[in-house]
Amino acid sequence: MNAVDAQPRSAAGEEGALDLEAAYRDSHVGEVLERLDRELIGLAPVKGRIRDIAALLLIDKLRHAVGLSAGAPALHMSFTGNPGTGKTTVAVRMAEILHRLGYVRKGHLVAVTRDDLVGQYIGHTAPKTREVLKRAMGGVLFIDEAYYLYRPENERDYGQEAIEILLQVMENQRDDLVVILAGYKDRMETFFRSNPGMSSRIAHHIDFPDYTPGELLAIAHLMLEQMQYRLSPEADAALREYIERRRAQPHFANARSIRNALDRSRLRQASRLFERRGGAIDRQALETLEAADIRASRVFLQPPGGEGPP
Amino acid sequence: MRITQGAFSFLPDLTDEQIVKQIEYGLANGWAISVEYTDDPHPRNTYWEMFGIPMFDIRDAAGVMSEVNACRKTFPNHYIKVNAFDSARGRESVRLSFIINRPAEEPGYALVRQEGPGRTIHYTTRAYATERPEGARY
Repeated sequence: MNAVDAQPRSAAGEEGALDLEAAYRDSHVGEVLERLDRELIGLAPVKGRIRDIAALLLIDKLRHAVGLSAGAPALHMSFTGNPGTGKTTVAVRMAEILHRLGYVRKGHLVAVTRDDLVGQYIGHTAPKTREVLKRAMGGVLFIDEAYYLYRPENERDYGQEAIEILLQVMENQRDDLVVILAGYKDRMETFFRSNPGMSSRIAHHIDFPDYTPGELLAIAHLMLEQMQYRLSPEADAALREYIERRRAQPHFANARSIRNALDRSRLRQASRLFERRGGAIDRQALETLEAADIRASRVFLQPPGGEGPP
Repeated sequence: MRITQGAFSFLPDLTDEQIVKQIEYGLANGWAISVEYTDDPHPRNTYWEMFGIPMFDIRDAAGVMSEVNACRKTFPNHYIKVNAFDSARGRESVRLSFIINRPAEEPGYALVRQEGPGRTIHYTTRAYATERPEGARY
């Protein structure tokens, strides 16, 4: 290592640059990040953090190669954000990225909720939690709505036991699995306040911002493309207006609401085509959503900002 | 006397690292790994006690190793083996089985002779360990 120190800085830097390029190519992490950019709209802070983590792991690999200490960083994460902001989708990608970078060995995702971890009677919780942890070894354990694990109003709740086992494994078997907790922001904050041990063992608290109307529209276009539908120009304007109105209403779940709206539009398009049976239907009619399909939504019945579900 | 059952039993005891590699090999082939223990070393004692149910949905050796270590902790002086079960149609049997834990001292076997009709002799073996009741053998 002394020999490396003695070398002029520029030479060492150039050598490192070559290695980094090769390591980047070999890991194929570039493709994953690119896909992340392409298929996930918005979410700038999330993508930034994923890039940082990818860079750190890549640099650690190089450090390890030249004999510098490269202690595996703790990568447990918490994803907080409103419904439909893509927490689960990112978790799946995260498993893939960490696998490409060689941080987890298998790269599968085990998604669980409270029911899978916490038992119903004394002595039931520990084996249940261990079973799930065993299944997640070598991959990513995704605990959705993690705040349900802790129920302060019931002191005999078995959730605490599950949390303790989780903490122990998160600390001692850091190389074997990555735990991602996800949930709504305010409730996760309460959860972390009452479980400081959990909060301090999680290195990355990532907040998922709400989508802007423009991003939601882009998401809608992406979804339609995947479903092989098109919007007529009028329908596009209608959808834009729909998003504006829907956002102002309660129970708005970001991308999930958009998906539901599109699914309902498809239903209306289908019955519209069905009404007109007898005439010839061409390919274009089959794949085009008209403005009427969107404007029939109950969202348009209420004045903007009104109460009530869609 | 060191008993030799299953794979690798003529080799020195496997290290944890080697055990992990064998388990990984099994998992890569899609076999279900299970852990079994016994304190009756007789060669015809085929069905050992199961330590937990076979692990059908585990993807990584670390999960199996946690079970292996739990078994070692519970039965430090028993024989413990790891089995890999292949559920492929037409195969449906154990493909790999090896001992990963054995008692510190293995006293071996006595030769038992039984006098039969017409001065015939029937021979069998009996493990010294089984002279004591189950659970108090090693």
